[in-house]
Amino acid sequence: MMNADLRRERAAATFQPELLTHILDGGADRTRRRKELEALVINDPDFQHEDLNFLSRSQRYEQAIRKSSLMVMKLREYGIADPEEIYWFKSFVHRGRPEPLDLHLGMFLPTLLTQATPEQQDRFFMPAWNLEIIGTYAQTEMGHGTHLRGLETTATYDPATQEFILNSPTVTSIKWWPGGLGKTSNHAIVLAQLYTQGQCKGLHAFIVPIRQLGTHEPLPGITVGDIGPKFGYDEMDNGYLKMDNFRIPRENMLMKYAQVEPDGTYVKPLSDKLTYGTMVFIRSLIVGDSARSLSRACTIAIRYSAVRHQSELKPGEPEPQILDYQTQQYKLFPLLATAYAFHFVGAYIKDTYRRISGDINEGDLSELPELHALTAGLKAFTSWAANAGIEECRMACGGHGYSRCSGIPDIYVTFTPSCTYEGENTVMMLQTARFLVKSYTQVSSGQRVTGMVSYLNDLSRQRIQPQHVAARTVTVRLNDPVSLVEAYKARAAWFVEAAAKNLEAELHRRSKEDAWNKTSVDLVQASEAHCHYVIVKLFTAKLAEISNAAVRAVLTELCLLYALYGISKNTGDFLQAGILTDAQITQVKQRVKELLAVIRPNAVALVDSFDFHDIHLGSVLGRYDGNVYENMFEWAKKSPLNKTEVHESFHKHLKPMQAKL
Amino acid sequence: MALLETHKYSQGSALGGVNPDLASERQTPSFSVEKLTALLDGGEENTRIRRAVVEAIESDPVFSRENQYFQSQNEKYEAAVRKAVHLQKKMHEMGWTENGPEFKYIYRALSGEVAFLLHTVFMRSISVLGSDKQITKWIPLATQYQLIGSYAQTELGHGTYLQGLETTAVFDIATQEFILNTPKISAMKWWPGDMGRSATHAVVFAQLDIQGKCYGVHPFIVQIRSLWDHSLCPGITAGDIGPKMNFDHIDNGYLMLQNVRVPRENMLSKFCEVQPDGTYVRRGSQQINYFTMTALRVALISHEAVIPLMKACTIAIRYSVVRRQSKLKPGEEEAKILDFQTQQEKLLPHVAAAYAFHFINNYLEDLFNRGYEEIQRENFDMLPELHAFSSGFKAMVTQYCASAVEACLRACGGHGYSLLSGLPSLCTRILASCIYEGENTILFLQTARFLIKCFMAASAGHPVPPSVTYLAAVKPGKCPAKNKFDFLSPDTYTEAYQHAAVRLISSTAAKLQDLIQSGVKKHDAWNECTVQLVQAVKAHCHYITVKNFAETVERLETKGGIQRIMKHLCDLFALHGIFSNAGVFLHDGYISGAQMDMVTASYLDLLAVIRKDAVPLVDAFDFTDKTLNSALGSYDGQVYQRLYEWAQKSPTNTQMNPAYERYLKPLLHKKLSKL
Repeated sequence: MMNADLRRERAAATFQPELLTHILDGGADRTRRRKELEALVINDPDFQHEDLNFLSRSQRYEQAIRKSSLMVMKLREYGIADPEEIYWFKSFVHRGRPEPLDLHLGMFLPTLLTQATPEQQDRFFMPAWNLEIIGTYAQTEMGHGTHLRGLETTATYDPATQEFILNSPTVTSIKWWPGGLGKTSNHAIVLAQLYTQGQCKGLHAFIVPIRQLGTHEPLPGITVGDIGPKFGYDEMDNGYLKMDNFRIPRENMLMKYAQVEPDGTYVKPLSDKLTYGTMVFIRSLIVGDSARSLSRACTIAIRYSAVRHQSELKPGEPEPQILDYQTQQYKLFPLLATAYAFHFVGAYIKDTYRRISGDINEGDLSELPELHALTAGLKAFTSWAANAGIEECRMACGGHGYSRCSGIPDIYVTFTPSCTYEGENTVMMLQTARFLVKSYTQVSSGQRVTGMVSYLNDLSRQRIQPQHVAARTVTVRLNDPVSLVEAYKARAAWFVEAAAKNLEAELHRRSKEDAWNKTSVDLVQASEAHCHYVIVKLFTAKLAEISNAAVRAVLTELCLLYALYGISKNTGDFLQAGILTDAQITQVKQRVKELLAVIRPNAVALVDSFDFHDIHLGSVLGRYDGNVYENMFEWAKKSPLNKTEVHESFHKHLKPMQAKL
Repeated sequence: MALLETHKYSQGSALGGVNPDLASERQTPSFSVEKLTALLDGGEENTRIRRAVVEAIESDPVFSRENQYFQSQNEKYEAAVRKAVHLQKKMHEMGWTENGPEFKYIYRALSGEVAFLLHTVFMRSISVLGSDKQITKWIPLATQYQLIGSYAQTELGHGTYLQGLETTAVFDIATQEFILNTPKISAMKWWPGDMGRSATHAVVFAQLDIQGKCYGVHPFIVQIRSLWDHSLCPGITAGDIGPKMNFDHIDNGYLMLQNVRVPRENMLSKFCEVQPDGTYVRRGSQQINYFTMTALRVALISHEAVIPLMKACTIAIRYSVVRRQSKLKPGEEEAKILDFQTQQEKLLPHVAAAYAFHFINNYLEDLFNRGYEEIQRENFDMLPELHAFSSGFKAMVTQYCASAVEACLRACGGHGYSLLSGLPSLCTRILASCIYEGENTILFLQTARFLIKCFMAASAGHPVPPSVTYLAAVKPGKCPAKNKFDFLSPDTYTEAYQHAAVRLISSTAAKLQDLIQSGVKKHDAWNECTVQLVQAVKAHCHYITVKNFAETVERLETKGGIQRIMKHLCDLFALHGIFSNAGVFLHDGYISGAQMDMVTASYLDLLAVIRKDAVPLVDAFDFTDKTLNSALGSYDGQVYQRLYEWAQKSPTNTQMNPAYERYLKPLLHKKLSKL
């Protein structure tokens, strides 16, 4: 039976959640297909197991391996081959959590496809496809992460035996973090500095066997293991790998592009831009993950806030739903709006990537730099915001949010590494900044730029000074998303110009690198402002595509909330840049609070539209039926500390102490 | 520097001395580290005592935390119980007493990872709420650990709002007993520490019912487990509430009562009593009890928020001078990440905040000591102000520190995510402090009520408590700064903070009045203003913190460079706040756009200045390696070696891989069908 509060909330919604679900999925047929796949997993007894919260790390790893093996088999049995469908199936099986074969499926196999020669594909691809070879991708080292050129692992070519000799020369060069490396994989694609004929040729990829086929024991010269417990990722055996004069045949270097000939002659690759493609793709996935993880947290917090009653709003009346408190709405609804915004941004990047990657294969790389720059910044912007947002959702659930039964701690620890992996966020922001500054410089020298940075053209033409912008403030209409996009655009332009000018000023005083470092706080702000503009713009653009009036209305409210809340949190920028006046800022803040009340009746329906199955949500507080308290009690009874009624500590410690005192 | 020397020998020597990158940071501090440590401790003598306690605890293997990152919930619980039991013996051996100067350092030395903390709360509540007779009966039993107590207030469905509790205690005149019941699932006691597995007794809060009339929430002593075999008493259902983000070592519990009878004498009756005939008598003032709750909030600020932030800063700063990444200049070696402006901006303001909060905590402790003296003289005048202080600062400091610890974690990149960095456990633990002893938003709003009331009083010319007299002295005007150096004057920024606080409080008060005058009901008007009220309280607390920091700096001795470096930190703390909340200061033009650029310039300049002293500033916190329990933050900076050696001790490496035989082998050998 459904909790009465939630039933009432759902009945009061002004739109049909299914219609919004279809928009998020990209069409009713996509929703149908997603639910088919979900049902395949949820109704399959092979994929059932105990609540992961009660399992040790080793048990969680074991469950994950078991499910991964079955998953690979069943994907093939069901003939699921579309990458998006594989992604869905995988996330249903693993309930949105990582698994030890992630790197095998997501990096090892694709890298073989893109970087191996036909001969190498013959040798490795089918065994890997059939999981006789399980591989991982070993790039990060203990002392080196985002800055790839700093990696220390060496691969020295020995023409006498036609082998590469792999070495981890220092402690800092030990490969550290790769998923599936610790216990699962028997091969790894290792990134190492290639030395041939006495010269370093930079980073290259090598296929390295690490464990004996058959016994799974590490090979001589290989030291491999698990890096120990982490914040999250319990089911993943992130590993270390140390190599001591470990020899592999020449043919194990991935040689589709660069090559080492038998005598040691090095043949350069044609273009090194190609590897950018993969990075762009993975970063675009992170933007989507930001949206999904934040959506899950919002679903839990908003449903629970409709079920939880606390304190007194009006004297003498029963305790109200905590969702009726303005402070609670203020905590949650902007995050809800953010989750929607990020969904649309994720979809946009995915579509753009598809379109451009078509061009890449045909040799047109002209759009790649902008997309690369944009995804770097958006990856950082969305993962930072989602990271903080998930945590706010948890806090909004009070004490019970702290229990693992809420599911949010798990979402948080699983998501938070996104701020670091695939490019540390600050470094990502600075990559975007480099592109912005470059575009600004182009404009200053009279060239025109295109794409999302085209607003810089106006800047150059009008030579707008902050005080002049003030003249335009009257034109900002607070109820019109299109007008708010303009305000964000003006802010981005103001920041980019300021950062570029500060950089220029520093350049008169010091070296290029020092000047860049001295300006980097400004540059990060410029990137953030640019990304914020792009997100408001894409959200606004999405509204025009929605045909159902009721859905469009509620999304418009969310879009306005997203844009206005962003202004209210960054009032300093809008004031200082002269985009908005004090009076307008006061109106913005007032309007934000009005929107909270407007969105309130649809809050539950808006999270229902994300359409997370209870099993996928993994939360007692966020259950669809809202029967929170009964189920918390049932859940707690399964806790390992409750296995026996009298804990062994009583006999071991308490009783002897009481006897002694 | 004696203790620092022992660090090196205790762990560093095995790994080859101090990492040169860290050693070079310590060569030319601008101030005396030892003097700063003494300042933080409140005198050299305190430093000596603290170090002696830490040494005694850390050299005792029973208190070791070495394997904690590898332990299960059950193992951690057991270790906490073992430590609590052993601590009794240790205290006796060392001659430490609960009133001695050593006592406050014990908890710090154990990093709080010890059981029976609620036992202390149980005892305190009996001492405060119990009659003399009850105290004489129960306190000796509890002191002797003949029973173990817990404190059962929070319910599954009810937290901070006490009147909403649903547990009932019905008085039965015939048998002179109270009958306690959990009438529905949401009334189940949920969260109390030590209750899931350890406690034999609990102070249970329940709605008192005498002959059908409800008298509100009262405390009752209820036995829940047998003193003989620890089995649950009849009518009691109790257990552990399951895994949490942290506090695995504590058995937070649930408790369900079904017709559990306790004698009339078990209601704590210092202030209220039920007489044998069912007459309810109230006596004395409860305000002393109120004071105790308030004081608890202040007590947790240092242990549960400021010290964890100091630890996180120590780890992150030391790691940031050991970690090298990317090149700042072509041809040079990769740079220490602390040399990147963005990394400085992530960490140094938090170091400054740790000092700012340390000083505000001192201020609050003094205030509460004075308040306690007054209250003992039956003068309760200070109580509203103390309550407002404790609520606002508990919320502000825990919230800031929680996000700062998380920022330190993220500033350590991938390795911060490893439990061996020590940061995830600091982070998940401090997060709880935002909820317990009053959820932060609710606490902010309690302080808001005080501020609005004082503002109204001040506007009407009535006297107000000293901390808020500034509300009466509203000075409109503009910030007088002419160049970026003017923003290094404490008067300039303190006034800016004061101006912002006054503006936010007065504008919210005005709006509240407007709404009420336009016919909106008082409580609805309040709810409509709560978002702004929270912002106003934060501005108030921020102002007091900045002002107190500036005043503290002024009083410091100039010797040993202490005052100079503290002045830099005070400036950084203040300017960071303006830089990050620019809109608040720009809003009414108090600070102009051009002045905001000066703030930014001074702020960024300060980062480079403080950068030079970053490591000595965290060394001064004086945490031992064992206290930090971090592969990234140890004194010798042998980060990578320690990480590698420690990881090898993980059970995932020392035990066989059960998944291999069962799942991987059939998988690799293509016997999937057998799975």
